[in-house]
Amino acid sequence: MNAITTSKPLAPRDAKKDQSQIKQKEMIAGNFQELTDAHKQGKKVSYTFVPGNLNELVMCFDMVGNFPEINALQNGMRKKTGAYIMEAERQGHSEDVCTYVKSDLGMIKKGNIGPTGQPLPEPDLLLLSYTGCFTFMKWFELLRHEYKCETAMLHVPYQADGKITDNMRNYVVNQLKQDVIPKLEKISGVKFDIDRLREYLRESAKAEDNLVWVLQSAKHKPSPIDAYFGAIYYVGPIFSAFRGTRDATEYYRLLREEIQERIDQGLGPVTPDGVMKEEKYRLVTEGPPNYTNMYEFWKMFYEDGAVNVASTYAKVGGLYDFGFRHDPEHPLESLANYCLGCYTNLSLPERIKMLVTYINEYQADGLLINSIKSCNSFSAGQLMMMREVEKQTGKPAAFVETDLVDPRYFSAANVKNRLESYFQMIDQKRHAA
Amino acid sequence: MAISEQIIDRCQNLYEDLNFTNAREWKSAVPGRKVIGFMPIYVAREMIHAAGMLPVGIFGGGDQLEVIQGDAYYQSYICRIPRSTIELELTKRLDFIDGMLFPSTCDVIRNLSGMFQMIRPGIYTRYFDVPQNYMDNVGGDYYVMELQELREGLEKLGGIKITDDDLRNSIALYNDNRQLVNKLYDLRAEQPWKIPATEAYLLERAGMLLPVEEHSQMLIDYMTAITAGDRPRRDNCRVVLSGMFCEQPPLNLIKSIELAGCYIVNDDFMLVNRWLTKAVPVDGDPIRNLATTFLHHSVKTSATFEPNEDEKGQYLVEAVRRSSAEGVIFAAPSFCDPALLERPMLMDALNGANIPYIAFKYAENTGQMQPIREQAGTFADSIKLWGV
Repeated sequence: MNAITTSKPLAPRDAKKDQSQIKQKEMIAGNFQELTDAHKQGKKVSYTFVPGNLNELVMCFDMVGNFPEINALQNGMRKKTGAYIMEAERQGHSEDVCTYVKSDLGMIKKGNIGPTGQPLPEPDLLLLSYTGCFTFMKWFELLRHEYKCETAMLHVPYQADGKITDNMRNYVVNQLKQDVIPKLEKISGVKFDIDRLREYLRESAKAEDNLVWVLQSAKHKPSPIDAYFGAIYYVGPIFSAFRGTRDATEYYRLLREEIQERIDQGLGPVTPDGVMKEEKYRLVTEGPPNYTNMYEFWKMFYEDGAVNVASTYAKVGGLYDFGFRHDPEHPLESLANYCLGCYTNLSLPERIKMLVTYINEYQADGLLINSIKSCNSFSAGQLMMMREVEKQTGKPAAFVETDLVDPRYFSAANVKNRLESYFQMIDQKRHAA
Repeated sequence: MAISEQIIDRCQNLYEDLNFTNAREWKSAVPGRKVIGFMPIYVAREMIHAAGMLPVGIFGGGDQLEVIQGDAYYQSYICRIPRSTIELELTKRLDFIDGMLFPSTCDVIRNLSGMFQMIRPGIYTRYFDVPQNYMDNVGGDYYVMELQELREGLEKLGGIKITDDDLRNSIALYNDNRQLVNKLYDLRAEQPWKIPATEAYLLERAGMLLPVEEHSQMLIDYMTAITAGDRPRRDNCRVVLSGMFCEQPPLNLIKSIELAGCYIVNDDFMLVNRWLTKAVPVDGDPIRNLATTFLHHSVKTSATFEPNEDEKGQYLVEAVRRSSAEGVIFAAPSFCDPALLERPMLMDALNGANIPYIAFKYAENTGQMQPIREQAGTFADSIKLWGV
């Protein structure tokens, strides 16, 4: 999710606005450096996934977190994933499966040099949070096959009926108590301190408050943010190695101030080509973005005056805008609720309900689905979701297909053609109304 | 017609009947009867049986169903079984179903559970989430509650009470059935020329449609008939098929592999028939017994988590050894995440055991068998001529 350390400047310079960007760049760079130095400094390394990550818990054991998904997307933005994916396919991995996985495995085969050019350490623990995605389970089996290291599995049941039952929560908590925490203690040599966890969760909740405020700022007209492309940057710290840190709290405080300033000035979102001038279309977006051609993709929106006012992708590593916060008073239960509540762990009817709510509350013109070949967890059922959302809101929806990090599946002309048709459709609907 | 031929003929009719006439007749024979559909790979059919209901496996539309509406629900990169399942539903072929269980096989089947909730809002729909943690007081406790919730859901649907004795009785019947299916597999491994893979397949498939009591009797009758007679023995090699646990291959594909010179001596077809590798105890708490047996005596597949790296892929090596096979054919449905993600690890396990293999993909409506026949034939020749 975290796409910050790109070489391309995101926006025109502005001293105040840059503070959060600078802060985030420093955080990310520090994390990669920490990963590179971890074993030299006697620290243990945990690999884990973004959805359902247990960052506060991992920090209780002084371990450094590495996120293979983030490496993959960062490599995608740096145009490295095409070669990595081909390498994995040469090794026998099917062309049909998730390209995040193949990018990661290809990177390992080519020396395990991370996106910033620094070597990545081997894992001491694969902390497999099996939340909302079956592929995660096989991905970490494949990594374990490479590294022969310890694995801790956290099976998070699926919210098929749109609610978290006591049985689901107890199951996750029991796994934490009886399997995950003992393994973290064993690997790290650090005894678990629940009060330390409470402190981190307290920090998390502060950052979450400000993140929600930032995301909900898109209810303003014009929206001061792009809640899809821009939000990828905003969710970076909280979806990764920084949730629960003071750095994250400070980052979101700075970000909120900057967004408030944009609202006060009536400004639209910052894009790679500067501030978006006129807001013509307000979209709710479902599905992950494409990373190999992200700027090209984003440009197709902002050059036509389209802003994404809410997205489901910004909820994939934690769903906070319907009230959930990490709760230091109930630390393990709170971690369980967090894992269970991640977006792709929701049933399709719940996902539809959420999209309809967004369209109504953010006064959107319609729904755009970017369907990702790699991600069945997101993609299977999206066509039905599209029709249901159209039916329930009366707003038009559109469907484009790309991939996360496989450049072979980004066809700029096709995507642009569909988007332009979609914007025309919105215009026609407006005129008809 | 010989008894074995009559039995297979019946199985073939059941297999080809996409209107599920047999299940419809079972339902209409007694007022109030209910039918519960389930998808691959595993559900605890004992609970459905104990509720007096008929579990019916919905394993896609095969190569006989033209998928028209179902394609409008899925992108091109999603496998075929969900789209043909939707087609079955939208064409009213599943209108007799009173409930549907979607096991935790993969993300596609998981999401299909939500789609079904919307397409058939009136029926009992449940995502059957089995534990991937195998500790008794963790995954076991969770699974006991899941089974209890299933029990209560079926009780509500049927307006009945499922007693522990009902459940024990059903457990015993399914224990017997698994034993018979395993015996069929043993017989086939011993004398594969007597039990062609297509016949074994159809017999297993019948188990998805018939009441368990009837299916067990069918297995007994078939095995009695088949052991009494003989069939010509061919100079085929012996292979294990891997990857066909969810979306089903066309029958012609199985036939083509055998015609190409391969006796299929083990496979992962319809694993629900053999999922539990030990009999579930019939004394004591039946739900806890089902849970404990599931945790410690389940078959291993691509759709489950293997906690022990040393054990990864060994189930396939063992299947090869147990059935005295000479090689493995990986045949996975296109876009099947579990099978295709698992495959490189399984291949490594086979490499470690010096077992040859080939791999290809299929869809349930694959029509061109010639490439598969050539590939399988070349594999068989290479084993027989050079021992690969």
